[in-house]
This record gives sequence, structure tokens and C-alpha cells, in this order.
Amino acid sequence: MRLPAGATIEAPHGTTIVAVTHADGVIMAGDRRATMGNVIAQRDIEKVFPADEFSCVGIAGTAGLAIEMVRLFQVELEHYEKLEGSTMSLDGKANRLSNMIRGNLAMAMQGLAVVPLFAGFDLDKGIGRIFSYDVTGGRYEEHSFHSVGSGSVFARGALKKRYRDDATETDAVRLAVDALYDAADDDSATGGPDLARRIFPVVMSVTADGLRRVPEPEVTAVVEAIVAERMTRPGG
Amino acid sequence: MSTPFYVSPEQIMRDKSDYARKGIARGRSVLVMTYADGILLVGENPNKALHKVSEIYDRIAFAAVGKYNEFENLRVAGVRYADFTGYRYDRSDVTSRGLANAYAQQLGAIFTEAGKPFEVEITVAEVGPTVADDQLYRLTFDGMVQEEHGFIVMGGTAEPIAVALRDEHVADADLDTAVRLALKALSTPAEGAERREIPVNAIEAAVLDRTRPRRAFKRLGAERLGTILEGTPR
Repeated sequence: MRLPAGATIEAPHGTTIVAVTHADGVIMAGDRRATMGNVIAQRDIEKVFPADEFSCVGIAGTAGLAIEMVRLFQVELEHYEKLEGSTMSLDGKANRLSNMIRGNLAMAMQGLAVVPLFAGFDLDKGIGRIFSYDVTGGRYEEHSFHSVGSGSVFARGALKKRYRDDATETDAVRLAVDALYDAADDDSATGGPDLARRIFPVVMSVTADGLRRVPEPEVTAVVEAIVAERMTRPGG
Repeated sequence: MSTPFYVSPEQIMRDKSDYARKGIARGRSVLVMTYADGILLVGENPNKALHKVSEIYDRIAFAAVGKYNEFENLRVAGVRYADFTGYRYDRSDVTSRGLANAYAQQLGAIFTEAGKPFEVEITVAEVGPTVADDQLYRLTFDGMVQEEHGFIVMGGTAEPIAVALRDEHVADADLDTAVRLALKALSTPAEGAERREIPVNAIEAAVLDRTRPRRAFKRLGAERLGTILEGTPR
């Protein structure tokens, strides 16, 4: 399939994902907006998914392709686990995802790129790890924190200034949501907390005990604290 | 060149059945039974890596007796079938009935066409929202499917174990009671044989726990079994 020169396909795009490591594992959070050109395609889309019991994947880029890629990735990890009787290593999972992104290269050349962020708890090493990718399937391990998507520049700036090596899980959740707020502040495609509709970021936490989605009341409390603070200091 | 003897189809089938039955009876028994919070799958298996009971899908498990390589083949085919169906359509479209049918076709074809039948007997179990919704299917080497209620005993000397369970199995037993009952039943001796206790580290046990979200299958480790068998409440 080749598009005429200059033409692009209009499809919803996911925007900003952030990941932050902490002493007991890793946190991943994503805003809730999908855009199609200047239009907000969806205001409550979920872009951070559990990949398996010890890892999660967040997606930026063409939402339709990315969500399908995640679905296949989840099936593959579970399939491996059942056939082999053991969980795949975190590096194995990261490599598998890299391969799947490379498979999408032809579509990426047409403007339909998928750029996920992968994070998980490495059971062998006992630490949380983050992997980023480029459209050709290049896999890069990130340290401490990372962000992808249209608002990632602003989110990364915020993370760089506020990240501490001794962050706890609670600190990391706060840090991630804070970074998303900054991304939404400066990037029109990233959705900020929607106080009227109560739509707040999706936050996943992976530790040695496995993956859990940080429950809504917890996220709500963090978001409300951040918003209250920004009332007096908009820059954070 | 000599002319081959004529052997009637009845004789061929009978021989194949006898052959398969003998193979299955040689091993140890595996027991699958319902309890209040799900389905318990337990068997004697000193091997830690080669499982007799395993997970197929979110709410579906597999238990087998007989030749390992043959039922492992079936297990892998089952996982493929389930993962493929669930990916293609939806997770809720993977059912134990569909899987049991697929197994029945495969076993039936092997029984009639292959030189040697599979020496296996398998159970496909699916846990439902309540005990009444639990489904147990027994599949035999010739491709026959039977839906059973309450429990299934396969392999080894199944008959005395089934008899022992028939009177004592209750649908609303808790997990500890169910495990103790299952192990007591599995230790039932064959006629004329001595009673034999199964050592804890030779027990392979797992549950399909209906209270767990999504993937209901969970193995019960030696430690957990130890506490249950000591009778000390967790």
C-alpha cells in the first residue's frame, strides 16, 4: 500500500507516556488524550497496558496499530509462559517488542508510526527497568526515567529536574503525574487532568510483587494535590 | 511374498483399546474435583518440571495421565487453540466445550488412523461463576467425550479412588478440606494392595480459583500443601 505523494492517513494518535524507576520497581503513566490533527479524537483513551504480570507497555503514535500491537504482545508473552512453564526474561520481552515494531516499519514510513515505551521488573536483577524504541525497532535501555510521545520533551525536562535516586513508589507516582501535567501544560496534544469529567492519568506500578494499576482514588488524590499546588505556582 | 492375514475391524479396534488402556493404567492417578471456590486438580507426580496439570486459558485447565510426550503434545495444541481463538475473536469466546471438541476430533482421528493410539486420558476443566457453572470434560484415547459433574479420576487404579470419593465429595467444601479429601482418596489402595501415603513433595496440585480475576489457574506449592495437610489454618 502506498499513499499518493503528500497525502497522509488521518488516524487517532496517542500522545505522552512517562516511566520512572524507584527503589522497589518502576512506575508508568500516560495521559488520556488521543488526537487526530487538531481534533481531540478521544478524551479518555487508555494508553498504558499490562504486558504480563511483571511488565507494562505504554503507547505513543498511531493508536489503532499500537493497541493491536500491544494485544498481540500480551498474547505472545502469555503463550510463551504457558508453553515453557516459566516467565520470559525482561530482556526477552523487550527484544520481542523490538521485533514487532520493526515489522511495522513500512507503515511507519507512511506516517503511521508506533513508538511504545516498555517497563518492567527484572526478577533476576531485582530492579525496575525501562526500554525505549525507535521506529526501526531499535531498543534502548533507559536509566531512572524516560518519556515518549508529543509531550515527551516537556515531561522529560520536568523529570530531569525532580528525579531523585532514593525515590519511593509514592514519590515516583507523584513525579510521573507531575511530569504529565507539565507535558499537558506546553503540548496541545497531551491531555491535562480533566477535573470536570474526573478523567485522570492511567498509572501502573510494577514491583517484585507484580503489576498493579494504581487505584483511581490514589491517582485522584495525587492529581488534586498537584492541581492545588499549581494554583499558587503554575510552573510547579 | 505372503498374503497378509485378514483381521476384522472389530479385532483391530479391540486390540488398540486394550493397548491404550494398559498404558494408561500403568501410571499414577490424577484427580480433578470441584470445591466451593473453584476446581482442584491434583495428582502424584514426583517430577517438578514435567507437569500433569497445567493452564490452558483464563478459566480453563488441563489434566492428563498416560504417556508424557503424547499428552504434552495435546496440551501445547490446546494452548495454541485457546490463545489463537482468544486473539482472533475475544477472550470470552474461548470455551472448554470448543476445546474438548477439538481434542475429541484429534484423539478420534489418531485412534482410527494412526498405527498406535495415544495412551492418554485427559480432563478439560472450566471454572464458572458458581459451582453449578463449573464444567468437567473427560476425554479418552478413542476420542470419546463425557461431561461429568463433581469429580473425575483418571489413570492408575481409578475405580477404587472414584468409589472412595463418591460418598465423600461435597460441592461446597473449602480448599483445605478438598485437598485433604483428594489426597485421602488418591491414597486408596487397589484391591489387595497396601495403603500407601503419598509424600508431600511428590504431589502436584493446582486450582482454578473462581475468585481470582482473569487467569484463574494457580499452582499449590509444597509449602502451601504442607500447611494444608498439617491441618494448621493458614
